[in-house]
Amino acid sequence: MSAEALLSRPAADVAADIVAGRVPRDAALDASLAAMDAANAGPDGLNAVLWTDTPGARADAAALSLDTGDLPLAGIPVAVKDNIATRTMPTTCGSKILEGYVSPFEATVIAKLRAAGAVLPMKTNMDEFAMGSSTENSAWGITRHPLDHTRVPGGSSGGSAAVVAAGVTRIALGSETGGSVRQPAAFCGIVGVKPTYGRVSRHGLVAFASSLDQVGVFGQSVDDAALGLQVIAGADPLDSTSVSVPVPDYRASRESGGDKPLDGVVVGLPEEYWPDSLDARMRELLDRAVQRLIALGADVRKVSLPHTSLAIPVYYIVAPAEASSNLARFDGVRYGLRVEGDGLRGMYEATRSQGFGPEVTRRILLGTYVLSAGYYDAYYKRAMAVRRLIGDDFTKVFASGVHVLFTPTTPTTAFVAGSKKDPYEMYMSDIFTATANLAGVPAMSQPIGRIDGLPVGGQLLASHFDEATMFRVAYALERALGGEAHS
Amino acid sequence: MSTTNVTEGYEMVIGLEVHCQLKTRSKLFSAASAQFGDAPNANTDAVCLGLPGALPVLNKHAILLATRASLGLECTVHEVSVFARKHYFYPDLPKGYQISQFDRPLATGGKVVIGTHADGSEKYIGITRVHVEEDAGKSVHDRFPGYSAIDLNRAGTPLIEIVSEPDIRSAADAGLYLRALKQIIEYTDVSDASMEEGSLRVDVNISARPVGHQAFGTRTEIKNLNSFSGVERSIEIEFARHCSVLRSGGVIEQRTMLWDGHKGEVRPARAKEGSHDYRYFPEPDLPPLVLSPAWIQEQRETLAELPAAKRTRFVSQYGLSNHDVEQLTATVALADQFEAVAAASGNAKRAANWMLGVVLAAVKVQGGDVTSHPVSVARLGALIKLEESGAVSNTAAKQIFAILEREDAEPSAIAEREGLLQVSDDSALVAWIDEVLAEMPEEAARFIAGEKKLQGVLVGAVMKKSKGSADPKKVNQLLGSRIG
Repeated sequence: MSAEALLSRPAADVAADIVAGRVPRDAALDASLAAMDAANAGPDGLNAVLWTDTPGARADAAALSLDTGDLPLAGIPVAVKDNIATRTMPTTCGSKILEGYVSPFEATVIAKLRAAGAVLPMKTNMDEFAMGSSTENSAWGITRHPLDHTRVPGGSSGGSAAVVAAGVTRIALGSETGGSVRQPAAFCGIVGVKPTYGRVSRHGLVAFASSLDQVGVFGQSVDDAALGLQVIAGADPLDSTSVSVPVPDYRASRESGGDKPLDGVVVGLPEEYWPDSLDARMRELLDRAVQRLIALGADVRKVSLPHTSLAIPVYYIVAPAEASSNLARFDGVRYGLRVEGDGLRGMYEATRSQGFGPEVTRRILLGTYVLSAGYYDAYYKRAMAVRRLIGDDFTKVFASGVHVLFTPTTPTTAFVAGSKKDPYEMYMSDIFTATANLAGVPAMSQPIGRIDGLPVGGQLLASHFDEATMFRVAYALERALGGEAHS
Repeated sequence: MSTTNVTEGYEMVIGLEVHCQLKTRSKLFSAASAQFGDAPNANTDAVCLGLPGALPVLNKHAILLATRASLGLECTVHEVSVFARKHYFYPDLPKGYQISQFDRPLATGGKVVIGTHADGSEKYIGITRVHVEEDAGKSVHDRFPGYSAIDLNRAGTPLIEIVSEPDIRSAADAGLYLRALKQIIEYTDVSDASMEEGSLRVDVNISARPVGHQAFGTRTEIKNLNSFSGVERSIEIEFARHCSVLRSGGVIEQRTMLWDGHKGEVRPARAKEGSHDYRYFPEPDLPPLVLSPAWIQEQRETLAELPAAKRTRFVSQYGLSNHDVEQLTATVALADQFEAVAAASGNAKRAANWMLGVVLAAVKVQGGDVTSHPVSVARLGALIKLEESGAVSNTAAKQIFAILEREDAEPSAIAEREGLLQVSDDSALVAWIDEVLAEMPEEAARFIAGEKKLQGVLVGAVMKKSKGSADPKKVNQLLGSRIG
């Protein structure tokens, strides 16, 4: 089987073939490494991959116990965002302040991937400390959109999205704080899942905003993403915010056939996500997807999430507040960059001003401000109260009998690199995604078509810990759209 | 100007903040050892180093100990409390914030009794709150010239902070409060509570106001205190300074002062504080701490007997004086040992006398504590019984005790071997009396003629002749019968 053929098949099938001995254990890895070399490097490359560990990945493939283990990802290469701790490659969060830093411990999600037989040949580029929506804020250069190198792949998990979209791997890990998996998935025309807050361990995920952060999964297909989440989901004693809720079989509905596989499923269309200003061609693609959902048997109805417009202001108080705290540890004392200065204070100032880029600096300042005495009540405390209202919106709509919500993932397709100079304009690209992080509900983006060759994503949101229903709808829609999803 | 003049007409208002290190094997938020005294940075891990991606996981045993301490201080333990981050930059604070509790502490509203008022009512100091927090590391400034070194062994060890109400009005009461507090902490067995080893740390908040005024004056905080007597002395000195400033029309500046125990002075800390904005907010890595009412009740029911309750019981159960009980309950170890000896000897009063006299003196000489003393409870009990039966005198019993410290044997066997059994056999006693009367003819004649006050001298001589083995009661009787 050719390398391209191997990469075009679902990860689950390739893993099964490797376990059965029908495909060599390092074949998928070899295909992936070749694709990476072709796509990533050089002046015309994507610059999606920051660090590689070819020998380690090969050794891991060679060491797989194919006879004994339950290895749903046997020999499958998985790309990992640079803010997830690995022992075998640096973990820099796209920041100069962590240049060369190699974690002495591994994230729980990494341990779970390894236990499932995955091999980890590469770490991917990202907006510094996951702050950004374009992967232009990396200390290691911007990542390019695989379909149009003048454009951004989205962010902050742009490197992971780009490698999956470019066919380098079938599955990649990203992280979400406010849409950082779904938005680049939509831009790149792939599937991106943000699980329920607490569904996946954050142990080893370098914190940006702890109450919003969650490891997410990219897949070339719904099944790749479902398989990836299946492996990393579950409570972890090392993360007190992870929740002990049984993990169902996310892939159970992958072959649910029949004419009406979504019979009995109620899909809500929240009016706040379908503004009059929505791009007409985007609306056409979304309407087409809705028609497919109806044809599949879904009961589609209009609903309302009245506090949606407050999500971005609330997000840009809560997330920077937590970030200003989480990033206090990067002080030049114990690890990472240290720039000497005049005394202790001088060292702190030199290290942090040279180590952090402008967007990170902006958010630390913003977060420090909103937590300061005299401003805490007016900003942070109020934002947390509004955050609860946003959460209540979801609780109410799901309590009313709606199973999933369907919305656009982003207001636009991938934009041209360097085109969003105003941070506020950049922040607005997360307008449809930040709500799920604030409410803690699961959400995903899947491709529903293209405009001028650029992918458009449709977003599904479900109630807490009901990823299974979300996947059920996503599988059915993916099959119904077929080739239309990418045209 | 003398101190008494300066402070006249002013009243001191004091609140104390006491940090106690909880006795846990591991740290508050990680499995790293909380052991004291190991090589620098030996007891660290990803969490206490603040490595990227590390998350805190709460040590449940620390919460159990903190709950018990809170119950011992008669606080209300809350079913829901919340951890919060307290931010400041310092090299020995690895995360740039300390995980503490802020607006929802573990426990509130307790008290520590420090005595009784003239009308017999309880005199107590209120406890505002008890909260749980992690300790910072240690900065070492004098070890490597030109550099400061950081030891993070202490970083993340569990502490409780006990904040008193501003109820304290004298240095003496501050001392009483601290001693009572330390005793409760020791009784509940949650901390070693040693100021010398740093497992108990005290900060003083002090202000002065004219007597009769309600409004508080501006306060200063005294830190770097390393003994209870230092606390008391620093309070006197700082109070006098406040009074002196106020008396001359000056203004007290809110700031941190440092106690210098060697020079016996209180001086301003170099860096001015008070401008700190800790930017507290709820710790998002930890869910609220939820304790069930049943669990809290279980802790209450299994809490060790507290000092006040033990004192009351000792008075009623053993019929001892308040003074003796105060001493016997100084530590749980002494109180327990006393009760064991009382049971073994069957005589609580004698047991109390022995414990407070001979035993404590011996422990002082030997070092260690009462439980490590070589004379076992059973031997001491038997010895007290032997003394009570009249078989040995008190003097002989003390000699036997001294032998028991080196040699484990039956006290009665030792008495016999050493010839310390009291002789009450009339014929032997009469023989010694006759000898003494013959040796002291002048005193003998005057005594027989009725000079009774000489009896003591003669009894003493008989006792000496018997090497202490004569039963003095019998000797007195027999001698008395010779008069007239």
